[in-house]
Amino acid sequence: MSAIIAIDDDRAMAAWVQDWTARHGARRDQLLPLLQAMQRHYGHIADHVVPTVARALNISRADVHGVVTFYHDLRRVPPGRHVVKLCRAESCQARGGAAIDRLAAQRLGVAMGATRDDGAVTLEPVYCLGLCAIGPNALVDGRPVARIDAAALERIAVEVGA
Amino acid sequence: MTRVFVSRDMASVALGADEVAQAFAQAGCDVVRTGSRGLFAIEPLVEVETQAGRIGYGPVGPQHVAAVLDGSHANRLGDVDALPFFASQQRFTFARCGITDPLSLADYAAHGGWKGLEAARAMSPQAVVDAVKASGLRGRGGAGFPTGIKWQTVLDAPAGEKFIVCNADEGDSGTFADRMLMEGDPYCLIEGMAIAARAVGAGHGYIYIRSEYPFACRTMRVAIEASAHLVAPFTLEVREGAGAYVCGEETALLDSIEGKRGQVRAKPPLPALKGLFGQPTVINNVLSLAAVPFILAGGAEAYAAVGFGRSRGTMPVQLAGNVRHGGLYEIGFGITLGELVNDIGGGTASRRPVRAVQVGGPLGAYFPPSMFHLPFDYEAFAAAGGLIGHAGITVFDDSVDMAHMARFAMEFCAVESCGKCTPCRIGSTRGVEIMDRIMAHRVPPSAVQSGPGLLPSQEHGSLSKALYSRSPSRIDTSLDAQTTLLRDLCDTMKYGSLCALGGFTPYPVLSALDHFPEDFGASPSPDLAPVKEVAE
Repeated sequence: MSAIIAIDDDRAMAAWVQDWTARHGARRDQLLPLLQAMQRHYGHIADHVVPTVARALNISRADVHGVVTFYHDLRRVPPGRHVVKLCRAESCQARGGAAIDRLAAQRLGVAMGATRDDGAVTLEPVYCLGLCAIGPNALVDGRPVARIDAAALERIAVEVGA
Repeated sequence: MTRVFVSRDMASVALGADEVAQAFAQAGCDVVRTGSRGLFAIEPLVEVETQAGRIGYGPVGPQHVAAVLDGSHANRLGDVDALPFFASQQRFTFARCGITDPLSLADYAAHGGWKGLEAARAMSPQAVVDAVKASGLRGRGGAGFPTGIKWQTVLDAPAGEKFIVCNADEGDSGTFADRMLMEGDPYCLIEGMAIAARAVGAGHGYIYIRSEYPFACRTMRVAIEASAHLVAPFTLEVREGAGAYVCGEETALLDSIEGKRGQVRAKPPLPALKGLFGQPTVINNVLSLAAVPFILAGGAEAYAAVGFGRSRGTMPVQLAGNVRHGGLYEIGFGITLGELVNDIGGGTASRRPVRAVQVGGPLGAYFPPSMFHLPFDYEAFAAAGGLIGHAGITVFDDSVDMAHMARFAMEFCAVESCGKCTPCRIGSTRGVEIMDRIMAHRVPPSAVQSGPGLLPSQEHGSLSKALYSRSPSRIDTSLDAQTTLLRDLCDTMKYGSLCALGGFTPYPVLSALDHFPEDFGASPSPDLAPVKEVAE
């Protein structure tokens, strides 16, 4: 049963890739934009789609795998329903970011860099959002949040259902 | 209908500008979304158009609409340009940012836009390059290489196809000028790139923006489409990064655009000769390219008239971290570090004493207040063992643990290393381990005052030696030995790494060690301190 679903998935994925390359081109330099679009659409880039992508752009599977595993943004497993990216860089540290790091892990119930077991939330480090005078900062499902303190963290936790 | 101006900058939105704008729109105002003025202590800022000009109020919340509109709000700032933070600036590059609607072509043209491109089109390519050379403009990304000489190399390179690449992978913590410019005045960058294309004969350009800047990506894409007819036949596209800091290094960025892992290339060949897809390529930082329209429109002499020594023109300095008046402050080179941190920045936000500032992002040196006399100048900072980098200044108060910051610099390098060269890939991880051993030696603060500075190394011996299972007996885990090892490692990284990531990580590490030895477990007595200048 699951094998049939996987084959259907693969066919759907191949069709999606074909559609994307038809619109944006199948040159090698489209690899990163293609993978980013795929991740926006499917949430992650599963290992089993690597050969499909490689064929579409006429490059080796190793080339695709190398790129997927190099960039921090690209995910090989699905993230939680909500993604909280917390800045760990120097400017946020200068404004008490380390304490917020610890508090966030505690309150959201998930270690930095991990997805909670129930799949509700992923907590990830990010190194600078360019909001360096108003930290500590985070991106909550893509929305910027500044001057995070315990109260702001509580609001984030409620928002992501933690 | 009352017209009000509210920023749409990512920082303003993070502080609630969207809700404020919505509240004013619901109250029947004509809301114009601008870029940010650049002083975050007064954000969300609302400017109300009156017969006496724009009157600013900030910070304001969505519940303050009535008080702002009748002029009774307590945070009335008056003319924002007259505030000391703005009145003392020299805004060449950021002249329009915060004032105009970033995506309005009419606003851009009305505020002096496209004049530089018009001038460039009336000149020969060589004359354009000569003007940039005469302005003394140096690469604002950090390296400070003369922009005109880079362009000359590309102009002289024979090739059928050339490219303009804008490095907008502004990954350094404490910097946000590129982001603010792209969100607040995108046509300025587009005009700068079109001038560069005219100068060297390029047909297509890429703007590589980091994915952590979603607002900038959106704004630039819309702006490129809206202005396509004005820069034609030159064409442009945005490429979004994918979270790799090292792609801010120019050759890694080129590989990333080509669809590869963002790994650093060995130089030579220079990108100016063999760059993107092997073709001659101008690769410049956002601020370098955005300075060009002013140079062409206002004249190279006007730009070069400002500055200090061999650093000509203005620098958009970014005051960040634990600073009271954080934001963007564009000023000619030569202002001292102390003026920037204490006079302009107003000291720390926490009201505690400033202990250290890091200039130039994660690869920049930490300076103590005793070095605040340094003028903001490429050469002066290099001579002091640091760098200006992208001109971000991150302020720390006296609660900072400098050994922890040194460890973080190594940790960051380990996370972000592209893996191509050994000193960076392996050295950064070894650096974290050495810092852990040094920090394990530190005595609690109470013992520093009363007793000897060091614990006997045997107390930590078993754990430390376990890390060296191959030859435990040969490893000296004493503080002195580990400090020496750290310096030795930094030396290897500095001179052995392919690019600035591994090569400059020693700057924060060694500057922390040199200027703040007491945080590394060294005895506080001055005759043991390894440098003459110790933080007070």
